[in-house]
Parts: sequence; structure tokens; C-alpha cells
Amino acid sequence: MQAFIVNRILQSLIVVLVMTLLVFAGLFVIGDPVQMLVSPDATDIEKEAVRQSLGLDQSFVVQYLSFMRDALHGDLGNSFLTGAPAMDLILKRMPATFELVICAMILATGIGLPLGILAGLRPEARSSKTIMAGSILGFSLPNFWVALVLIMIFAVGLGWVPASGRGETVQIGPIAVSFLTLDGLHHLILPALTLSLTKMALIIRVARAATREVAGQEYIKFARAKGLRKNRIVGVHLLKNIMVPLITVIGLEFGRTAAFAVVTETIFSWPGMGKLLIDSILTLDRPVVVAYLLLMVVFLVFLNLVVDLAYLWLDPAAREKGRD
Amino acid sequence: MPPLSQTFGSLLRAGAVAAVSTLALATAPQAADLTIGLKSEPTSLDPQFHVLASNTQVSMAIFEPLVAQNTELGIEPDLATSWTFEGTVWTFNLDPAVTFSDGTPFTADDVVFSIDRVAKVPNSPSPFTLFTRQIASVEAVDAHTVKITTKEPYPLLVNDLAYLPILSKAAASGPAPEGRTTTELNRGEGLIGTGPYKFQSWERGASLVLARNDAFHGAAPEWDHVVYKPMVNPASRAAALLAGDIDVMEAPPTTDLKDMEANPKVSVVAGPPARVLYVGLDQFRDATPGVKGTAHNPFLDIRVREAMSLAIDRKAIVARVMGGAAQAAGDLVPATMFGADPGHAEAPAADIARAKALLAEAGYAKGFDLVLGAPSGRYVNDARIAQTLAAMWSRIGIRTTVEASTPSVFFKNYYDMSYSAYLASWGNNSGEVGTTLKALVLTRDPAKGIGTANNSGYANPEVDKLVLEGASTMDPEAREALLAQADKIVLDDYTLLPLHFEQPLWALRAGLTYAARADQYTLPQDVHSVK
Repeated sequence: MQAFIVNRILQSLIVVLVMTLLVFAGLFVIGDPVQMLVSPDATDIEKEAVRQSLGLDQSFVVQYLSFMRDALHGDLGNSFLTGAPAMDLILKRMPATFELVICAMILATGIGLPLGILAGLRPEARSSKTIMAGSILGFSLPNFWVALVLIMIFAVGLGWVPASGRGETVQIGPIAVSFLTLDGLHHLILPALTLSLTKMALIIRVARAATREVAGQEYIKFARAKGLRKNRIVGVHLLKNIMVPLITVIGLEFGRTAAFAVVTETIFSWPGMGKLLIDSILTLDRPVVVAYLLLMVVFLVFLNLVVDLAYLWLDPAAREKGRD
Repeated sequence: MPPLSQTFGSLLRAGAVAAVSTLALATAPQAADLTIGLKSEPTSLDPQFHVLASNTQVSMAIFEPLVAQNTELGIEPDLATSWTFEGTVWTFNLDPAVTFSDGTPFTADDVVFSIDRVAKVPNSPSPFTLFTRQIASVEAVDAHTVKITTKEPYPLLVNDLAYLPILSKAAASGPAPEGRTTTELNRGEGLIGTGPYKFQSWERGASLVLARNDAFHGAAPEWDHVVYKPMVNPASRAAALLAGDIDVMEAPPTTDLKDMEANPKVSVVAGPPARVLYVGLDQFRDATPGVKGTAHNPFLDIRVREAMSLAIDRKAIVARVMGGAAQAAGDLVPATMFGADPGHAEAPAADIARAKALLAEAGYAKGFDLVLGAPSGRYVNDARIAQTLAAMWSRIGIRTTVEASTPSVFFKNYYDMSYSAYLASWGNNSGEVGTTLKALVLTRDPAKGIGTANNSGYANPEVDKLVLEGASTMDPEAREALLAQADKIVLDDYTLLPLHFEQPLWALRAGLTYAARADQYTLPQDVHSVK
């Protein structure tokens, strides 16, 4: 078990190292941040001064090595564009993204899981067919389109919720959250719903497939023969056994959604970190891009680890294997 | 997949009916607050950190310069009520009635401090020394008189000063060489100005809030609070305006203009144009990389350049690509600007037959293949303009393909001079043609800051002489004559092909007016409710 975790951490260190090198080299090749930043009226001397102050006058190798040296000391550098520490910029925006993603995943699981089980238990029923057709829509409609339609209907047309932005926040320790205020919830509902739709569709399909498989198993038949109540069969015996594939999907989707919620964030002007990433890529703000991706690799590796540990906990067979 | 804005346009039409019927339900913000949907957020609140329009427009609500530019880029008194100059020495008389928002009086020491601070701000991505490089010294003669000496005679000093906000020396001093650091100013510490609004709070990415400055020396500011919200996506900004979340939106998409003009809930205002879109053609080497089918660089022949200009139907681009929100251009600056050659005030009409004849005369009857470089997403409809140009040139036998790149890639190629033909743009912030010519067509001498964006490699000693002489001629009439002469030579040479002037656009909720500006700044002090 410990060996497993240590192994994982070592693997992720290599991933992080390769990733920083790739991003660094990639942005180095794309363009010259100085040309993007300075006014086109600037003289060469003025441009050179900017280049020096940002450390861009050094060779690629020197720049990379000094970045690695600072990174090992916990300093990921300052944003070219704002002069603020890159990590601060990201961490300040992280709560907004996580709030959005967690709400979206709760919506997706809370609605998707029961619907998926329902569709799996009675695959031929009309309601099940409707659910499955709906899930196809959830998959195939592009996110930005759904977002705009929702805005047009609920914000512009009906005026029930605001069209964009994040609502009033309350501080919990160092973190500002908006889901605890009425205004915050108002702002949160549309972007969370938009973000949840594809995940919901995915969860419905996985839950349905797993349910159909498990429902035919001997132990379910046995439980039914024993005269157990239907609620108990579904809620305990079935649910527990369809959880393994679902945890995988939910865990991985959570990571992906958090790292790349950018489309939804942009359309709803949600002050999250996805928007920051896109802006930074466009302006070649390398310190922010590198810090962001670094954080995301660490986060995704951690999430994978949690998913793996959840398997061990849920699945006795895997637990046996883990002990070997 | 159609562009987002088009999709949105059809959605707007669908939503408009529902929108009007439920107008009363829309959550209207408090009447005395103004909420502005920004197309991009300021990178810093330090007014001397980053020369960038999104920063300048915010600092102009909190701070004021000695002299200000009006909506048409003309110079007006601001903190300085009058000024005189003799050779390189300028004397500014300051308004003695002005106080900062914290109540302390504004004096000449604040001016000296502020101009002095510019060069000391570290890590600036685009330093304000751009506007102080001609200044040799700044002295406080007495509490309300400032003497500024320039390195050489420099008539545009006042235009530069319009970009230098005056900070409070008392509030912005500190232990660091620059006094209050950029980080401190970003938190609002020491961010004290004389402008109509003062800092209240800033949460990056979410909102920037200013409050009315009750100590303001001019007419009382109309809004209790001004809230800036960054909304990068134009469709979201439009939706937020229609939903009543914001009062003012920057840069409504040109594809939605018709819908917005028809909607009684909103109005669209257009400012005077100052930014030109133009085509640059390689004029400095014999073998040019983006042309195939000829042995030599065809753009070295003036007839080819003229033919390419004649092939462009500028009015069609304005009407169909720009949605009418532009003016066809015959010059690199609008005809109303100082020094513009009156002979090129009108945009040339397209003439395909003459263009073909000129090409044949130049020995290119069979045409050639051309790659046109263009940015995608930097200027309004840039990639679509490039596509349209390609179609228009193909009609006269110049078979053009477009290479549209993300701005970071485009600008690398542009400054490396690796395009044979490119679509680019220049915004004129001085109100006179000299600065545009100095950057775009004067013989490249980047060390001196001359020809810094002359990426077509044009070199004409006569133009150089006229423009540089004009730049240090203090007499306005003599200067205007020199500049107009240079402008005429440049345009007669088809050095660059001007296409159109972008018109800065804003959309407002019904009941508001905005004094739309050529420099595209959104200034809350110029937004008023209709009485």
C-alpha cells in the first residue's frame, strides 16, 4: 500500500518535470512575450529593458534552469502581465472554480445516478427511453450553445437569474464562497447546470449499463427471493456494486472539469482559473501558464490516487489483490 | 460551426420577443450605480505600471493628467489651467482649487513626484517611459507652477502628458525607490487621485468598484458607485446588458448591431474613428517569401501596389464585413486629423479593369500566388477582412490564400518581417499624422524608436526628412504643412494600403448617454442618464 503511494508520487514527479519542459519550450517557440506586451511605439532600448526585467534576455536553458531553481524554493515566478506572483493569481481564483465544479458534479450525480439506475432497472419502459434520449442530447449539444440558450431563456427572457458573474460571497477562513448566500446561489445555478449536463449524461449511461449488468446477477435474484424490500435491494446491494465504475467516471470527470471549465467560465464571466489560463496563453504569460499546469498535474495525480484508494475500499476483490 | 457571435445573433432574435414582454421582471441595478461590462480587465491599478488601454481608462477615472485629450483627441486643460512654451521649456499653471480625494491640496510637488516615479516602476511589461522619454527635467517653480524642459523642441509634449496621471506625493510615497509599489497600489494603498471617482475594492477577474469622490473639483460625479466587470466573451456581455446586469457594454459584436439598434431596451453609440486597418507589402527585398509564380518581388513595382489598392472594394468591406461600423479609408488617419493630406480624404473606389491593366503593364498579366498574413482575434473581424481581401485580389489574378494566426504568432512573424503581405492596424493616440508615419513608414531605426512598426521595409529619405523636421517644429502651421506633404508622398507611393477606420462602439441600456471617444476608453464620468 505504501509502496503503491510512493510509486505514484515518483511517477507524478516525472510527469511534472516533463510537463514543465514541454510548456516552457512550447511557449518559447510560439512568440516573443515582449512584442506582445510593449507598445509598438517603443524603442529597441525600451524593449530590451523590458526583456531584461522579465529575464527573457537569457538563453532558453538558463531561463529554464533558473525557473526550476526558484520552483524548488516554492517560487513559480511573477506574471509578466500583472507583476503579481503567478501562484497567488491562480490560488485566488481557485475557490470560484472549485465551487462551480463541485456544484456541477453534485447536480450531475444527484440527478444522473437515480435516472441511470431507473433506466437500467426497466430498460424497456417509455420513461427509460426518454431518459436515454435526453442523455444523448446532453452529450451532443455543445457547452457554449447550451450556456447561451440558458442565458437567453432564464436571464434575458424570464429574468429569474443574472446572466453572468459571481454573486455575493462570504469568507470561510481564507476562502470566499458564494453558495451560502441567496445572491450567490442565483448566480451559480446556470453555470453549474451548464457544466453538469455532459457529466450528467455520462453518469446516466454508466449507471444504466452497470445497473443492467448487476441486476442480472445471482445475488440480486437471491436477495429478491429472500423477500427483501426493493428499496433495500437497490439502495444497498445494487448501488454498492455499481459504484466502482461510477467512482472512476466521477473522479476523473471532476478533475477534467476543474482543470478545463474554461468555456463555461468565459461565457458566464465566472471569475475562475480557467479563464485565467486562456488569457495567459493568449498573452504568452508563461509563468502563469506553467504554474497553472503544474498545479493541475499535481491535482489530477492526487485525484487518481483517491480514485484508486476508493476502489480498494469498495471492492473486496481489489483489496485482496492490494494485499499481495 | 458558425462563429459564436452569429449563433448568438439568431438567439437574440428569438429571445427579443420574450425579452420585451418580461422587461419589468429584469433585475435592474440601483439607479445611482453604474455597471460596466469590460472586454478586458486592467492588469494593474498602478497608473504607471502598464501602458494598456484597459488600465488607462480606469486610471483616468481615479486620476487626472495635467492636460487631457477630449473625445476627438484634441488637447484640453485639466489639472493645468494654462501653459506656455519657449523652445524646449514649458511652463504649466496648475489649478489651485484642486484637492486629492483624501482632502490634501494638489501642488506642483505632486507633478514632480509623479513624472519622476515613471522610470522607477520595476517589472513593467510596457513602461510609461514611452511618454517621458522626451522630458529632460521637471521642476516645481512654486506651489502651482511647473516647468518642464524637453531634450529637444517637442510639440507633442502635451499629448504625452495626457497619458501621465498625477498621483498624490503624500499618499504614494514609500520606502521603495518608486514609493508605493505596484502591489500596494493594486490593493488600493496610496491609490489617491484627483479624479471624479476613488478606489473602493478590486477582486481580480470579478469586479472593480469605485466610489464617488466628493472632493472632486469639477461638476459633481453622477454615480454613487462604478462597478467594472470583466466579460471577455462579447455574447455574454450582450446578454448581461439585455438582462439588466450591466448598464454599459464595451465593443458590441458588429454582427449583432442591427438587433441591438432595433431593441428599445438598448442603444448603440459610435465614437470618432482613430484606428486604421491597413495592408503592408514587402518593399525591401527582391525575393519575398510569400509570393510564388514570379522571379522577383512584385511589390517593388508601384503599379502592382496601385493595382492591389484598386482591387479592394473598401465600401463593401465596411458594409458587409464590418456591419457598417467603420469608415472606408483613403489615408492612414481620418481626414479631420492634424496633418492629414486633404487630397486623400476620400477612400479610392474599386476599379477592377484598371487594376488588371496595371498588373499587365507591370508584366504580371498572369498574376501570381500570394500568402496574406493576418492576426485572428486582435482587431474587429480581422480574419474575415483578410478572407475578403483574398477574394478581391484573386479577381485580378493575384491568387491569395490567407494565413490567419493567433496574435502571438502573427506578431512574431510581423516583427520578424517574414510576411510578404500582411493585414495590420495602427491606433493613433496623438491626433496628428506624424506619430503614425513615424512608426509605420519612416526608415527603420529601432534604436531611436523610428519605424518601429515599419515591417514592410519602406525607406524614403524625403519622407524621413519631412516627418522628423515636422516632429520638432513648434509652429503648428509649418508643422501641419510638413506632415501633410510627407503624408501625400507616402500615399501616392501606395506604401501601405489603408482599408478602413474602426469605429469604437458601445451599447448602453436605454436612458443613458455616452460621449463616445476616439481612443476607445470607457470613462464612467462621461456616462450620463438622460434627464
